[in-house]
Amino acid sequence: MTLMDFLNFHLVPGIVLGSIYAVGAIGITLVFGILRFAHFAHGDMATLGAFIALALVTAGIDPWRALPIAMAVMAVVAIGVDKLFYDYLKARPKIVTVMASLGVALMLRAVVQVVFGVDPRTYASGIVRPDDYFGILLRDRELYTLAAVVLIVIGLTLFLRHSRWGKAMRAMSDNPDLARLSGVDNRKVTMLTWAIVGALCAASGFMLGINNELHSMMGWQVLLPMFAAAILGGVGRVEGAVLGGLIVGIAEEMSIFILPAQYKAATAFVLLLLILLVRPRGLLNGKVL
Amino acid sequence: MALLDMKDVRGGYGDADVLHGVSMRVGEREIVVIVGPNGAGKSTAMKSVFGLLTVRGGSIVFDGEDITGWAPDRIVQRGICYVPQVDNVFREMTVHENFEMGAFLRRGDLSAAYDRIYGLFPDLKAKRRNLAGDLSGGQRQMVAMGRALMLDPKLLLLDEPTAGLSPKYMEQIFQITRDVRDAGVSILLVEQHAKQALAFCDRGYVLATGANRHEGSGQALLADREVAEMFLGG
Ligand SMILES: Nc1ncnc2c1ncn2[C@@H]1O[C@H](COP(=O)(O)OP(=O)(O)OP(=O)(O)O)[C@@H](O)[C@H]1O
Ligand SMILES: [Mg+2]
Repeated sequence: MTLMDFLNFHLVPGIVLGSIYAVGAIGITLVFGILRFAHFAHGDMATLGAFIALALVTAGIDPWRALPIAMAVMAVVAIGVDKLFYDYLKARPKIVTVMASLGVALMLRAVVQVVFGVDPRTYASGIVRPDDYFGILLRDRELYTLAAVVLIVIGLTLFLRHSRWGKAMRAMSDNPDLARLSGVDNRKVTMLTWAIVGALCAASGFMLGINNELHSMMGWQVLLPMFAAAILGGVGRVEGAVLGGLIVGIAEEMSIFILPAQYKAATAFVLLLLILLVRPRGLLNGKVL
Repeated sequence: MALLDMKDVRGGYGDADVLHGVSMRVGEREIVVIVGPNGAGKSTAMKSVFGLLTVRGGSIVFDGEDITGWAPDRIVQRGICYVPQVDNVFREMTVHENFEMGAFLRRGDLSAAYDRIYGLFPDLKAKRRNLAGDLSGGQRQMVAMGRALMLDPKLLLLDEPTAGLSPKYMEQIFQITRDVRDAGVSILLVEQHAKQALAFCDRGYVLATGANRHEGSGQALLADREVAEMFLGG
Protein backbone atom coordinates (compact mmCIF):
# COMPACT_ATOMS: atom_id res chain seq x y z
CA MET A 1 0.00 0.00 0.00
CA THR A 2 1.36 3.39 -0.89
CA LEU A 3 1.39 6.35 1.44
CA MET A 4 -1.27 8.04 -0.65
CA ASP A 5 -3.51 4.99 -0.47
CA PHE A 6 -3.06 4.95 3.29
CA LEU A 7 -3.97 8.64 3.53
CA ASN A 8 -6.93 8.45 1.15
CA PHE A 9 -8.49 5.19 2.23
CA HIS A 10 -7.78 5.17 5.96
CA LEU A 11 -6.59 8.44 7.45
CA VAL A 12 -8.93 10.86 5.66
CA PRO A 13 -12.07 8.77 6.29
CA GLY A 14 -10.87 8.36 9.88
CA ILE A 15 -10.56 12.11 10.33
CA VAL A 16 -13.98 12.75 8.77
CA LEU A 17 -15.65 10.11 10.93
CA GLY A 18 -13.65 11.30 13.94
CA SER A 19 -14.78 14.90 13.56
CA ILE A 20 -18.40 13.75 13.42
CA TYR A 21 -17.83 11.73 16.60
CA ALA A 22 -16.21 14.84 18.07
CA VAL A 23 -19.37 16.90 17.57
CA GLY A 24 -21.44 14.21 19.27
CA ALA A 25 -18.90 13.77 22.05
CA ILE A 26 -18.88 17.51 22.81
CA GLY A 27 -22.61 17.32 23.51
CA ILE A 28 -22.18 14.25 25.70
CA THR A 29 -19.38 15.89 27.64
CA LEU A 30 -21.42 19.06 28.18
CA VAL A 31 -24.36 17.10 29.59
CA PHE A 32 -21.98 15.02 31.72
CA GLY A 33 -20.11 18.05 32.99
CA ILE A 34 -22.96 20.48 33.61
CA LEU A 35 -26.03 18.31 34.20
CA ARG A 36 -24.05 15.36 35.55
CA PHE A 37 -25.61 12.38 33.89
CA ALA A 38 -24.91 10.05 31.00
CA HIS A 39 -27.34 11.02 28.27
CA PHE A 40 -28.32 7.86 26.41
CA ALA A 41 -30.80 9.63 24.13
CA HIS A 42 -27.92 11.51 22.51
CA GLY A 43 -27.63 9.23 19.50
CA ASP A 44 -31.35 9.19 18.82
CA MET A 45 -31.50 12.96 19.10
CA ALA A 46 -28.87 12.94 16.36
CA THR A 47 -31.08 10.61 14.30
CA LEU A 48 -34.08 12.88 14.72
CA GLY A 49 -31.97 15.89 13.72
CA ALA A 50 -30.78 14.10 10.60
CA PHE A 51 -34.35 13.25 9.60
CA ILE A 52 -35.59 16.79 10.26
CA ALA A 53 -32.91 17.91 7.81
CA LEU A 54 -34.14 15.23 5.41
CA ALA A 55 -37.67 16.62 5.61
CA LEU A 56 -36.30 20.06 4.72
CA VAL A 57 -34.25 18.63 1.85
CA THR A 58 -37.32 16.83 0.56
CA ALA A 59 -39.11 20.18 0.63
CA GLY A 60 -36.48 21.48 -1.76
CA ILE A 61 -33.91 23.09 0.51
CA ASP A 62 -30.22 22.53 -0.19
CA PRO A 63 -28.78 20.07 2.39
CA TRP A 64 -26.12 22.41 3.81
CA ARG A 65 -28.74 25.13 4.16
CA ALA A 66 -31.04 22.68 5.90
CA LEU A 67 -28.36 21.98 8.52
CA PRO A 68 -28.62 25.25 10.51
CA ILE A 69 -32.42 25.02 10.44
CA ALA A 70 -32.34 21.44 11.71
CA MET A 71 -29.90 22.54 14.42
CA ALA A 72 -32.28 25.29 15.53
CA VAL A 73 -35.25 22.92 15.56
CA MET A 74 -33.33 20.34 17.60
CA ALA A 75 -32.25 23.03 20.07
CA VAL A 76 -35.93 23.60 20.80
CA VAL A 77 -36.70 19.86 20.84
CA ALA A 78 -33.90 19.23 23.35
CA ILE A 79 -35.18 21.98 25.66
CA GLY A 80 -38.64 20.44 25.35
CA VAL A 81 -37.39 16.94 26.19
CA ASP A 82 -35.68 18.35 29.27
CA LYS A 83 -38.79 20.20 30.43
CA LEU A 84 -41.05 17.21 29.76
CA PHE A 85 -38.87 14.50 31.29
CA TYR A 86 -35.49 15.21 32.88
CA ASP A 87 -36.54 18.33 34.74
CA TYR A 88 -39.04 16.35 36.84
CA LEU A 89 -36.32 13.98 37.95
CA LYS A 90 -33.67 16.48 38.94
CA ALA A 91 -34.14 15.98 42.68
CA ARG A 92 -33.89 12.19 42.32
CA PRO A 93 -30.67 10.15 42.10
CA LYS A 94 -29.00 10.74 38.72
CA ILE A 95 -29.36 7.09 37.71
CA VAL A 96 -33.10 7.71 37.40
CA THR A 97 -32.46 10.40 34.79
CA VAL A 98 -30.00 8.12 32.99
CA MET A 99 -32.69 5.44 32.73
CA ALA A 100 -35.25 8.01 31.63
CA SER A 101 -32.90 9.08 28.85
CA LEU A 102 -32.88 5.49 27.65
CA GLY A 103 -36.67 5.70 27.45
CA VAL A 104 -36.46 9.01 25.61
CA ALA A 105 -34.04 7.36 23.15
CA LEU A 106 -36.58 4.63 22.34
CA MET A 107 -39.35 7.18 22.05
CA LEU A 108 -37.47 9.48 19.67
CA ARG A 109 -36.51 6.48 17.55
CA ALA A 110 -40.12 5.36 17.41
CA VAL A 111 -41.14 8.84 16.22
CA VAL A 112 -38.54 8.68 13.44
CA GLN A 113 -39.67 5.19 12.42
CA VAL A 114 -43.34 6.15 12.34
CA VAL A 115 -42.84 9.39 10.43
CA PHE A 116 -40.00 8.46 8.08
CA GLY A 117 -40.17 4.67 7.90
CA VAL A 118 -37.43 2.15 8.55
CA ASP A 119 -35.78 2.07 5.11
CA PRO A 120 -32.39 3.72 4.55
CA ARG A 121 -32.60 7.19 2.95
CA THR A 122 -30.11 9.68 1.52
CA TYR A 123 -29.99 13.46 1.17
CA ALA A 124 -28.87 13.24 -2.46
CA SER A 125 -28.70 10.27 -4.79
CA GLY A 126 -26.00 9.40 -7.29
CA ILE A 127 -22.28 8.83 -7.02
CA VAL A 128 -20.01 11.76 -6.25
CA ARG A 129 -16.45 11.60 -7.55
CA PRO A 130 -13.83 13.02 -5.19
CA ASP A 131 -11.64 15.94 -6.23
CA ASP A 132 -7.88 15.66 -6.14
CA TYR A 133 -6.07 18.09 -3.81
CA PHE A 134 -2.35 17.44 -4.36
CA GLY A 135 -3.00 13.73 -4.26
CA ILE A 136 -5.49 13.81 -1.38
CA LEU A 137 -8.92 12.74 -2.60
CA LEU A 138 -11.79 14.61 -0.99
CA ARG A 139 -15.47 14.85 -1.81
CA ASP A 140 -17.18 18.19 -1.33
CA ARG A 141 -19.34 16.78 1.44
CA GLU A 142 -16.22 15.66 3.32
CA LEU A 143 -14.62 19.05 2.89
CA TYR A 144 -17.78 20.80 4.09
CA THR A 145 -18.08 18.40 7.02
CA LEU A 146 -14.56 19.19 8.18
CA ALA A 147 -15.12 22.92 7.70
CA ALA A 148 -18.42 22.81 9.61
CA VAL A 149 -16.85 20.90 12.49
CA VAL A 150 -13.99 23.40 12.71
CA LEU A 151 -16.49 26.28 12.71
CA ILE A 152 -18.63 24.64 15.40
CA VAL A 153 -15.65 23.92 17.64
CA ILE A 154 -14.18 27.42 17.26
CA GLY A 155 -17.56 29.06 17.81
CA LEU A 156 -18.36 26.99 20.88
CA THR A 157 -14.89 27.53 22.34
CA LEU A 158 -15.11 31.29 21.91
CA PHE A 159 -18.57 31.28 23.46
CA LEU A 160 -17.47 29.25 26.49
CA ARG A 161 -14.27 31.26 27.00
CA HIS A 162 -15.49 34.76 26.52
CA SER A 163 -19.23 35.21 26.84
CA ARG A 164 -21.03 35.84 30.11
CA TRP A 165 -23.29 32.79 29.80
CA GLY A 166 -20.50 30.62 28.44
CA LYS A 167 -18.56 31.35 31.59
CA ALA A 168 -21.67 30.61 33.64
CA MET A 169 -21.84 27.19 31.95
CA ARG A 170 -18.20 26.50 32.79
CA ALA A 171 -18.73 27.68 36.36
CA MET A 172 -21.72 25.36 36.73
CA SER A 173 -19.63 22.46 35.46
CA ASP A 174 -16.69 23.39 37.70
CA ASN A 175 -18.50 24.02 40.99
CA PRO A 176 -22.31 24.07 40.85
CA ASP A 177 -22.82 25.15 44.47
CA LEU A 178 -20.49 28.10 44.13
CA ALA A 179 -22.07 29.06 40.81
CA ARG A 180 -25.46 29.22 42.52
CA LEU A 181 -23.96 31.26 45.38
CA SER A 182 -22.66 33.68 42.77
CA GLY A 183 -26.18 34.20 41.51
CA VAL A 184 -26.07 32.02 38.39
CA ASP A 185 -29.57 30.83 37.55
CA ASN A 186 -29.35 27.07 37.24
CA ARG A 187 -32.51 26.85 35.11
CA LYS A 188 -31.15 29.24 32.50
CA VAL A 189 -27.84 27.40 32.29
CA THR A 190 -29.72 24.10 31.92
CA MET A 191 -31.85 25.48 29.09
CA LEU A 192 -28.87 26.95 27.32
CA THR A 193 -26.96 23.69 27.67
CA TRP A 194 -29.82 21.72 26.12
CA ALA A 195 -30.15 24.19 23.27
CA ILE A 196 -26.46 23.78 22.44
CA VAL A 197 -26.57 20.01 22.92
CA GLY A 198 -29.65 19.66 20.70
CA ALA A 199 -28.02 21.69 17.95
CA LEU A 200 -24.84 19.62 18.19
CA CYS A 201 -26.90 16.42 17.98
CA ALA A 202 -28.55 17.63 14.78
CA ALA A 203 -25.16 18.54 13.33
CA SER A 204 -23.61 15.15 14.06
CA GLY A 205 -26.66 13.29 12.74
CA PHE A 206 -26.75 15.36 9.57
CA MET A 207 -23.04 14.81 8.91
CA LEU A 208 -23.35 11.07 9.46
CA GLY A 209 -26.26 11.07 7.03
CA ILE A 210 -24.64 13.13 4.30
CA ASN A 211 -21.44 11.09 4.37
CA ASN A 212 -23.29 7.81 4.25
CA GLU A 213 -27.03 7.22 4.56
CA LEU A 214 -29.85 7.84 7.01
CA HIS A 215 -31.64 5.11 8.91
CA SER A 216 -33.52 4.99 12.16
CA MET A 217 -30.74 3.18 14.05
CA MET A 218 -27.92 5.45 12.84
CA GLY A 219 -27.64 7.47 16.04
CA TRP A 220 -27.95 4.55 18.40
CA GLN A 221 -25.10 2.83 16.56
CA VAL A 222 -22.71 5.74 17.11
CA LEU A 223 -23.62 6.25 20.77
CA LEU A 224 -20.84 3.99 22.03
CA PRO A 225 -18.03 5.57 19.97
CA MET A 226 -19.26 9.03 21.00
CA PHE A 227 -19.27 8.11 24.70
CA ALA A 228 -15.86 6.51 24.26
CA ALA A 229 -14.62 9.75 22.71
CA ALA A 230 -16.02 11.91 25.52
CA ILE A 231 -14.54 9.71 28.25
CA LEU A 232 -11.26 9.28 26.40
CA GLY A 233 -10.81 13.04 26.22
CA GLY A 234 -11.89 13.64 29.82
CA VAL A 235 -15.45 14.25 30.96
CA GLY A 236 -16.39 17.92 30.88
CA ARG A 237 -13.59 18.88 28.48
CA VAL A 238 -14.63 20.22 25.10
CA GLU A 239 -11.06 20.03 23.71
CA GLY A 240 -10.90 16.51 25.11
CA ALA A 241 -14.06 15.49 23.27
CA VAL A 242 -12.56 16.73 20.00
CA LEU A 243 -9.32 14.87 20.62
CA GLY A 244 -11.19 11.75 21.74
CA GLY A 245 -13.50 11.88 18.71
CA LEU A 246 -10.58 12.06 16.29
CA ILE A 247 -8.74 9.22 18.05
CA VAL A 248 -11.80 6.95 18.05
CA GLY A 249 -12.65 7.76 14.42
CA ILE A 250 -9.13 7.20 13.17
CA ALA A 251 -8.71 4.06 15.30
CA GLU A 252 -11.92 2.60 13.84
CA GLU A 253 -10.70 3.15 10.29
CA MET A 254 -7.26 1.73 11.16
CA SER A 255 -8.61 -1.28 13.03
CA ILE A 256 -8.90 -3.28 9.83
CA PHE A 257 -5.12 -3.64 9.81
CA ILE A 258 -5.31 -5.85 12.88
CA LEU A 259 -8.95 -6.93 13.11
CA PRO A 260 -11.42 -8.39 10.60
CA ALA A 261 -13.60 -5.58 9.24
CA GLN A 262 -16.73 -6.80 10.97
CA TYR A 263 -15.08 -6.02 14.34
CA LYS A 264 -14.63 -2.34 13.46
CA ALA A 265 -17.39 -1.37 15.86
CA ALA A 266 -15.58 -3.08 18.71
CA THR A 267 -12.68 -0.61 18.47
CA ALA A 268 -14.48 2.08 20.47
CA PHE A 269 -15.37 -0.46 23.12
CA VAL A 270 -11.76 -1.57 23.47
CA LEU A 271 -10.56 2.03 23.66
CA LEU A 272 -13.17 2.81 26.30
CA LEU A 273 -12.12 -0.15 28.44
CA LEU A 274 -8.45 0.73 28.08
CA ILE A 275 -8.84 4.36 29.08
CA LEU A 276 -11.05 3.48 32.05
CA LEU A 277 -8.41 1.02 33.25
CA VAL A 278 -5.33 3.12 32.62
CA ARG A 279 -6.45 6.72 32.99
CA PRO A 280 -10.06 6.95 34.15
CA ARG A 281 -10.08 10.74 34.08
CA GLY A 282 -9.27 10.75 30.39
CA LEU A 283 -6.39 12.23 28.43
CA LEU A 284 -7.07 15.82 29.51
CA ASN A 285 -7.99 15.09 33.13
CA GLY A 286 -11.73 15.43 33.16
CA LYS A 287 -14.08 14.84 36.05
CA VAL A 288 -14.04 11.62 38.03
CA LEU A 289 -16.97 9.51 36.89
CA MET B 1 -30.38 48.10 65.01
CA ALA B 2 -28.18 45.20 64.02
CA LEU B 3 -27.45 44.53 60.35
CA LEU B 4 -28.03 40.81 60.81
CA ASP B 5 -30.29 39.47 63.52
CA MET B 6 -30.78 35.69 63.87
CA LYS B 7 -33.27 34.71 66.54
CA ASP B 8 -33.62 31.18 67.86
CA VAL B 9 -32.93 29.54 64.49
CA ARG B 10 -33.69 25.83 64.27
CA GLY B 11 -33.15 23.60 61.28
CA GLY B 12 -31.00 21.03 59.55
CA TYR B 13 -30.23 19.21 56.33
CA GLY B 14 -32.65 16.29 56.40
CA ASP B 15 -35.35 15.60 58.92
CA ALA B 16 -33.16 15.94 61.99
CA ASP B 17 -32.31 19.38 63.33
CA VAL B 18 -28.66 20.36 63.57
CA LEU B 19 -29.36 23.83 64.97
CA HIS B 20 -31.43 23.82 68.16
CA GLY B 21 -31.95 27.52 68.64
CA VAL B 22 -29.06 29.70 67.51
CA SER B 23 -29.22 33.46 68.01
CA MET B 24 -26.65 35.91 66.71
CA ARG B 25 -26.31 39.54 65.83
CA VAL B 26 -23.86 41.35 63.61
CA GLY B 27 -23.77 45.15 63.76
CA GLU B 28 -22.60 47.63 61.14
CA ARG B 29 -18.83 47.48 60.62
CA GLU B 30 -18.42 44.71 63.12
CA ILE B 31 -16.25 41.59 62.96
CA VAL B 32 -18.09 38.81 64.76
CA VAL B 33 -16.44 35.45 65.29
CA ILE B 34 -18.09 32.05 65.80
CA VAL B 35 -15.96 29.47 67.55
CA GLY B 36 -16.75 26.02 68.88
CA PRO B 37 -15.74 22.38 68.62
CA ASN B 38 -15.90 20.38 65.38
CA GLY B 39 -19.44 19.49 64.43
CA ALA B 40 -20.89 22.20 66.68
CA GLY B 41 -22.93 23.57 63.80
CA LYS B 42 -20.83 26.64 63.00
CA SER B 43 -20.92 26.10 59.25
CA THR B 44 -24.56 25.13 59.48
CA ALA B 45 -25.42 28.37 61.28
CA MET B 46 -23.73 30.29 58.50
CA LYS B 47 -25.52 28.32 55.82
CA SER B 48 -28.85 29.02 57.48
CA VAL B 49 -28.28 32.75 56.96
CA PHE B 50 -27.59 32.08 53.32
CA GLY B 51 -30.68 30.02 52.63
CA LEU B 52 -28.79 26.78 52.14
CA LEU B 53 -30.74 24.76 54.66
CA THR B 54 -34.27 24.08 55.78
CA VAL B 55 -35.00 26.51 58.60
CA ARG B 56 -37.82 25.14 60.75
CA GLY B 57 -38.04 27.80 63.38
CA GLY B 58 -36.83 31.23 64.37
CA SER B 59 -36.16 34.18 62.12
CA ILE B 60 -33.32 35.78 60.20
CA VAL B 61 -33.59 39.50 59.63
CA PHE B 62 -31.08 41.33 57.46
CA ASP B 63 -31.04 45.07 57.05
CA GLY B 64 -34.58 45.36 58.38
CA GLU B 65 -36.01 42.65 56.12
CA ASP B 66 -37.01 39.12 57.06
CA ILE B 67 -34.95 36.85 54.77
CA THR B 68 -35.83 33.53 56.42
CA GLY B 69 -36.27 30.87 53.76
CA TRP B 70 -35.08 33.02 50.85
CA ALA B 71 -33.12 31.40 48.02
CA PRO B 72 -29.38 32.16 47.90
CA ASP B 73 -29.50 34.17 44.66
CA ARG B 74 -32.03 36.55 46.17
CA ILE B 75 -29.98 36.89 49.33
CA VAL B 76 -26.87 37.67 47.26
CA GLN B 77 -28.71 40.53 45.62
CA ARG B 78 -29.61 41.97 49.04
CA GLY B 79 -25.93 42.25 49.92
CA ILE B 80 -24.75 39.13 51.72
CA CYS B 81 -21.87 37.18 50.20
CA TYR B 82 -20.58 33.88 51.45
CA VAL B 83 -17.24 32.09 51.26
CA PRO B 84 -17.82 28.38 51.99
CA GLN B 85 -15.40 26.34 54.08
CA VAL B 86 -14.43 24.02 51.22
CA ASP B 87 -14.65 24.12 47.42
CA ASN B 88 -14.82 27.88 47.47
CA VAL B 89 -13.19 28.68 44.12
CA PHE B 90 -13.79 27.69 40.51
CA ARG B 91 -10.67 25.58 40.16
CA GLU B 92 -10.71 25.31 36.40
CA MET B 93 -11.25 29.00 35.82
CA THR B 94 -8.59 31.68 36.02
CA VAL B 95 -8.23 34.01 39.00
CA HIS B 96 -9.75 36.81 36.98
CA GLU B 97 -12.63 34.65 35.77
CA ASN B 98 -13.35 33.75 39.40
CA PHE B 99 -13.75 37.45 40.10
CA GLU B 100 -15.92 37.82 37.00
CA MET B 101 -18.17 35.07 38.30
CA GLY B 102 -18.33 36.85 41.64
CA ALA B 103 -19.66 39.87 39.78
CA PHE B 104 -22.07 37.80 37.68
CA LEU B 105 -25.08 39.75 38.91
CA ARG B 106 -23.46 43.13 38.35
CA ARG B 107 -23.79 44.99 35.07
CA GLY B 108 -21.96 47.99 33.74
CA ASP B 109 -18.36 49.06 34.18
CA LEU B 110 -16.58 46.89 36.71
CA SER B 111 -13.08 48.31 36.39
CA ALA B 112 -13.32 50.08 39.75
CA ALA B 113 -14.37 46.82 41.40
CA TYR B 114 -11.41 44.96 39.87
CA ASP B 115 -9.02 47.72 40.95
CA ARG B 116 -10.34 47.43 44.48
CA ILE B 117 -9.94 43.64 44.57
CA TYR B 118 -6.44 43.64 43.12
CA GLY B 119 -5.64 46.44 45.58
CA LEU B 120 -6.71 44.20 48.47
CA PHE B 121 -4.88 41.19 47.04
CA PRO B 122 -1.85 42.60 45.18
CA ASP B 123 -0.24 39.13 44.94
CA LEU B 124 -3.06 37.97 42.74
CA LYS B 125 -2.52 40.60 40.08
CA ALA B 126 0.43 38.72 38.58
CA LYS B 127 -1.56 35.48 38.79
CA ARG B 128 -4.74 36.71 37.19
CA ARG B 129 -4.39 34.37 34.20
CA ASN B 130 -3.52 31.31 36.33
CA LEU B 131 -6.10 28.68 37.11
CA ALA B 132 -7.38 29.05 40.66
CA GLY B 133 -6.87 25.31 41.22
CA ASP B 134 -3.13 25.71 40.57
CA LEU B 135 -2.58 28.31 43.31
CA SER B 136 -1.31 27.69 46.84
CA GLY B 137 -3.89 27.25 49.61
CA GLY B 138 -3.43 30.80 50.90
CA GLN B 139 -3.78 32.38 47.51
CA ARG B 140 -6.79 30.23 46.74
CA GLN B 141 -8.41 31.53 49.92
CA MET B 142 -7.76 35.06 48.72
CA VAL B 143 -9.39 34.27 45.39
CA ALA B 144 -12.39 32.94 47.31
CA MET B 145 -12.65 36.14 49.34
CA GLY B 146 -12.15 38.28 46.27
CA ARG B 147 -14.91 36.47 44.44
CA ALA B 148 -17.29 37.13 47.32
CA LEU B 149 -16.29 40.80 47.55
CA MET B 150 -16.93 41.53 43.87
CA LEU B 151 -20.60 42.18 44.60
CA ASP B 152 -19.71 44.83 47.15
CA PRO B 153 -21.67 43.12 49.96
CA LYS B 154 -22.82 44.73 53.19
CA LEU B 155 -22.15 41.51 55.06
CA LEU B 156 -19.47 38.94 54.31
CA LEU B 157 -19.71 35.40 55.70
CA LEU B 158 -16.31 33.69 55.96
CA ASP B 159 -16.16 30.02 56.93
CA GLU B 160 -12.71 29.11 58.27
CA PRO B 161 -10.69 31.19 55.82
CA THR B 162 -7.41 30.28 57.54
CA ALA B 163 -7.90 26.51 57.84
CA GLY B 164 -4.72 24.71 56.88
CA LEU B 165 -2.75 27.90 56.21
CA SER B 166 0.68 28.85 57.50
CA PRO B 167 0.84 31.49 60.29
CA LYS B 168 2.12 33.99 57.75
CA TYR B 169 -0.94 33.54 55.52
CA MET B 170 -3.23 33.47 58.56
CA GLU B 171 -1.95 36.91 59.64
CA GLN B 172 -2.37 38.16 56.09
CA ILE B 173 -5.97 36.91 55.87
CA PHE B 174 -6.82 38.46 59.25
CA GLN B 175 -5.26 41.75 58.12
CA ILE B 176 -7.30 41.71 54.90
CA THR B 177 -10.42 40.93 56.94
CA ARG B 178 -9.78 44.07 58.99
CA ASP B 179 -9.14 46.09 55.84
CA VAL B 180 -12.43 44.90 54.38
CA ARG B 181 -14.24 45.83 57.58
CA ASP B 182 -12.57 49.25 57.59
CA ALA B 183 -13.93 49.72 54.08
CA GLY B 184 -17.42 49.39 55.57
CA VAL B 185 -18.29 45.68 55.31
CA SER B 186 -19.59 43.75 58.32
CA ILE B 187 -18.05 40.32 58.79
CA LEU B 188 -19.24 37.08 60.31
CA LEU B 189 -16.32 34.69 60.64
CA VAL B 190 -16.04 31.05 61.68
CA GLU B 191 -12.57 30.27 63.01
CA GLN B 192 -10.68 27.25 64.29
CA HIS B 193 -7.83 29.47 65.42
CA ALA B 194 -10.05 30.62 68.26
CA LYS B 195 -7.50 32.51 70.34
CA GLN B 196 -6.16 34.59 67.49
CA ALA B 197 -9.62 35.26 66.14
CA LEU B 198 -11.11 36.26 69.48
CA ALA B 199 -8.16 38.57 70.02
CA PHE B 200 -8.90 40.57 66.89
CA CYS B 201 -12.69 40.44 66.58
CA ASP B 202 -15.24 42.82 68.07
CA ARG B 203 -17.53 40.17 69.48
CA GLY B 204 -17.71 36.41 69.54
CA TYR B 205 -20.10 33.52 70.00
CA VAL B 206 -19.26 30.07 71.26
CA LEU B 207 -21.48 27.38 69.75
CA ALA B 208 -21.72 23.79 70.95
CA THR B 209 -24.07 21.03 69.80
CA GLY B 210 -26.11 23.37 67.69
CA ALA B 211 -26.87 26.03 70.29
CA ASN B 212 -25.38 29.20 71.79
CA ARG B 213 -23.09 28.52 74.70
CA HIS B 214 -21.35 31.84 75.40
CA GLU B 215 -21.20 35.26 73.91
CA GLY B 216 -19.43 38.50 74.55
CA SER B 217 -16.61 40.71 73.40
CA GLY B 218 -13.55 38.89 72.17
CA GLN B 219 -11.55 39.97 75.20
CA ALA B 220 -14.26 38.86 77.62
CA LEU B 221 -14.49 35.42 76.03
CA LEU B 222 -10.72 35.02 76.12
CA ALA B 223 -10.78 35.89 79.81
CA ASP B 224 -13.67 33.53 80.62
CA ARG B 225 -12.31 30.48 82.44
CA GLU B 226 -14.98 28.06 81.28
CA VAL B 227 -14.56 29.09 77.64
CA ALA B 228 -10.81 28.79 77.94
CA GLU B 229 -10.98 25.35 79.47
CA MET B 230 -13.60 23.94 77.17
CA PHE B 231 -12.80 25.46 73.83
CA LEU B 232 -9.42 27.09 73.79
CA GLY B 233 -7.39 24.18 75.09
CA GLY B 234 -6.77 25.59 78.59
N1 LIG C 1 -24.55 18.61 54.08
C1 LIG C 1 -24.85 17.99 55.25
N2 LIG C 1 -25.82 17.04 55.29
C2 LIG C 1 -26.15 16.42 56.45
N3 LIG C 1 -25.58 16.67 57.63
C3 LIG C 1 -24.60 17.59 57.68
C4 LIG C 1 -24.19 18.29 56.48
N4 LIG C 1 -23.20 19.15 56.83
C5 LIG C 1 -23.00 18.99 58.15
N5 LIG C 1 -23.85 18.07 58.68
C6 LIG C 1 -23.92 17.68 60.10
O1 LIG C 1 -24.29 18.80 60.85
C7 LIG C 1 -23.55 18.88 62.05
C8 LIG C 1 -22.87 20.22 62.17
O2 LIG C 1 -21.94 20.35 61.11
P1 LIG C 1 -21.19 21.69 60.76
O3 LIG C 1 -20.49 21.48 59.48
O4 LIG C 1 -22.11 22.82 60.86
O5 LIG C 1 -20.13 21.78 61.94
P2 LIG C 1 -18.95 22.82 62.13
O6 LIG C 1 -19.14 23.42 63.46
O7 LIG C 1 -18.84 23.72 60.99
O8 LIG C 1 -17.70 21.84 62.19
P3 LIG C 1 -16.22 22.01 61.60
O9 LIG C 1 -15.44 22.73 62.63
O10 LIG C 1 -15.75 20.59 61.44
O11 LIG C 1 -16.31 22.73 60.30
C9 LIG C 1 -22.59 17.70 62.04
O12 LIG C 1 -23.14 16.69 62.86
C10 LIG C 1 -22.56 17.25 60.62
O13 LIG C 1 -22.39 15.87 60.53
MG1 LIG D 1 -17.53 24.02 59.48
